[in-house]
Amino acid sequence: MALICNARSRAARLLPQALSALPVIGRPNAPKSQASLGNEPGRRLASARAGESVSPLSDECSNQVLDFPGGKLMFSPDMRFLSGSTGERVSCYRVLDDNGHRISDNSFQELSEKVAVKMYRDMITLQVMDTIFYEAQRQGRISFYLTSTGEEAINIASAAALSNEDVIFPQYREPGVLLWRGFTLQEFANQCFGNKSDYGKGRQMPIHYGSSKYNYFTVSSPIATQLPQAVGAAYSLKMDKKNACAVTYFGDGGTSEGDFHAALNFAAVMEAPVIFFCRNNGWAISTPTSEQFRSDGVVTRGQAYGIRSIRVDGNDALAVYSAVHMAREMAVFEARPILIEALTYRVGHHSTSDDSTKYRLVDEIEHWRSSRDPISRYRWWLERNGWWCDDAESELRSSVRKELLQAIQVAEREQKPALGELFSDVYDIIPSNLREQEQFLRHTVKKHPGDYPHNVPA
Amino acid sequence: MDSNPRVCVMGEDVGHYGGSYKVTKGLATKFGDLRVLDTPIAENSFTGMGIGAAMTGLRPVIEGMNMGFLLLAFNQISNNCGMLHYTSGGQFTIPVVIRGPGGVGRQLGAEHSQRLESYFQSIPGLQMVACSTPYNAKGLMKAAIRSENPVVLFEHVLLYNLKERIPDEEYVLCLEEAEMVRPGEHVTILTYSRMRYHVMQAAKTLVNKGYDPEVIDIRSLKPFDLHAIGNSIKKTHRVLIVEECMRTGGIGASLRSAIIDNFWDYLDAPIMCLSSQDVPTPYAGTLEEWTVVQPAQIVTAVEQLCK
Repeated sequence: MALICNARSRAARLLPQALSALPVIGRPNAPKSQASLGNEPGRRLASARAGESVSPLSDECSNQVLDFPGGKLMFSPDMRFLSGSTGERVSCYRVLDDNGHRISDNSFQELSEKVAVKMYRDMITLQVMDTIFYEAQRQGRISFYLTSTGEEAINIASAAALSNEDVIFPQYREPGVLLWRGFTLQEFANQCFGNKSDYGKGRQMPIHYGSSKYNYFTVSSPIATQLPQAVGAAYSLKMDKKNACAVTYFGDGGTSEGDFHAALNFAAVMEAPVIFFCRNNGWAISTPTSEQFRSDGVVTRGQAYGIRSIRVDGNDALAVYSAVHMAREMAVFEARPILIEALTYRVGHHSTSDDSTKYRLVDEIEHWRSSRDPISRYRWWLERNGWWCDDAESELRSSVRKELLQAIQVAEREQKPALGELFSDVYDIIPSNLREQEQFLRHTVKKHPGDYPHNVPA
Repeated sequence: MDSNPRVCVMGEDVGHYGGSYKVTKGLATKFGDLRVLDTPIAENSFTGMGIGAAMTGLRPVIEGMNMGFLLLAFNQISNNCGMLHYTSGGQFTIPVVIRGPGGVGRQLGAEHSQRLESYFQSIPGLQMVACSTPYNAKGLMKAAIRSENPVVLFEHVLLYNLKERIPDEEYVLCLEEAEMVRPGEHVTILTYSRMRYHVMQAAKTLVNKGYDPEVIDIRSLKPFDLHAIGNSIKKTHRVLIVEECMRTGGIGASLRSAIIDNFWDYLDAPIMCLSSQDVPTPYAGTLEEWTVVQPAQIVTAVEQLCK
């Protein structure tokens, strides 16, 4: 109970500050009198007419007021088209400059040393993990891999600002969130090798992690399908009045999908506690954002749906942490969706099936890899606080590397899933037709052992 | 919805409007507009929403205003609904019910006369049932909601007005079982949904002509109740399938294939299948009537089969 009260009062304190900083929010919505966790019967059933808009006009200009479904508004005799762009781009929230110095008089969510150091350790672990698994794919030991290089701050800092009860609907470039929650390097390796110990039982490509234990929903390859699912989960959490929200991640490319549009629209209408986290890393495989949309990035789209939105420097761990922390409080305690656009850069190739030097300049990639690296920037701030040093750095990197190589070896040697797993979990209980198909397959394998891999247990 | 607070309904106009065919009438007033949720028009997305809600512990009943609109939800239904239990290694279940009116109505035009069971039958992980009477509609709906698997429940646009005395108390029918409508000796007629009524009408004529048809409403479209179907074939040795699906790639096509695989030795004649032609359903009343299997055709087919 105390925790919730504190959080609310903190939200109440920081909220006006956060809101006033943004010119786009003029009048706050008519506040609900009760906390919005409940199932409010309300505006929708109560009104038999088409609903009123939320901000009523004053009565003074009543002779220039029009009344249509959606509410009253002013009319104008001048024909003026709204410009497609606002001229000035929405500004970007950051806490640290490129050298890790606090840009003074910014507010940000304070971190304890414990959390701050864990964030750094996990960012390094993610980076090393990406390097080694990528190499493993190049050596032919796993069939596929996809890195999060350059987006470590987004991965770890956002995860750190959430609670373990918040349900995550990832795209595929967010293994750091799972790492933060406790997924081990061995567990990552098992999934990539699709062995018997993989929680997915070898059914998905590498990097399609999933863990019900950590509330991280299994990655599904098609783009943006997870967005409406996250809204559904938020709806479920709201019905159960849980102190949790849904969080879904997606890239700049994903915002072109129909599911993005509908998910944001639904979430706004339903007042669902969901955070839409867009990793705008500039590239959707070979499509740059200039060919993906003509809006000012993704943040402006939130307003179109009536969703509170913010643009943050995705390579600034403290900014990401603060924004997600605040977003979560708003989502949970006000039952509303929030859109966060984190600007960043995809330093690696799209995946191991891609060579991005074919469509972008090597200089550009190198620039972001070195001088705009989110990890170094955060480390400088950490070191200045006296919370990190070179010895700790080399010790961490070598121990993670060692643990990873070990995990890969173990995962590689582990048996593959048994033949029966081809047919289980299609339904809750194996139906007779699948049982027949399984018998037939077993019979075939038995009869032609030379034609089938022998390291698969029966 | 009374007995389990996790059951909820989502779809277009299901709330205060009560649904385009009034299936959810009165529910929003009783359970509130969060449990009976009116969604914006985006089938792929509210189906996705239902999937996300199911993965988080709810039991959503997702309504397609017309089954044909669920073609827009094919991605979510195939790639996520059918697959996520499997690809997550059993960690997440998706106990959704996807339902709605389908089939050929009265001059609704091609886009509102789709037979989605043809398109969905191939999706692994899904279960499909078709109800045809008030009695089996209640029993199958309850069973579908209680099932841990995603179930697609096919209702028919022209069957909503049927009236029947059904038990007040709770009963649940088995999702995988077919229904024996009329036992007989001469020929097995397999059908489902609205065609059951055309078959029964033809049966009256057939009985007058001295035939004894066995009519089975297969109800379970995926998987087929091969036990009941097989028992019947072993008795009559002749099969006629009457369906509303198109000739190509419909339920009849799969059923024929399954019967040949399993009961070839028991057949005394080739399997006959009466289906709609491979054309979009026209609007004009006469044309529409010609595209749906009529009782007279069924009578002729049985006479031919039993020669």
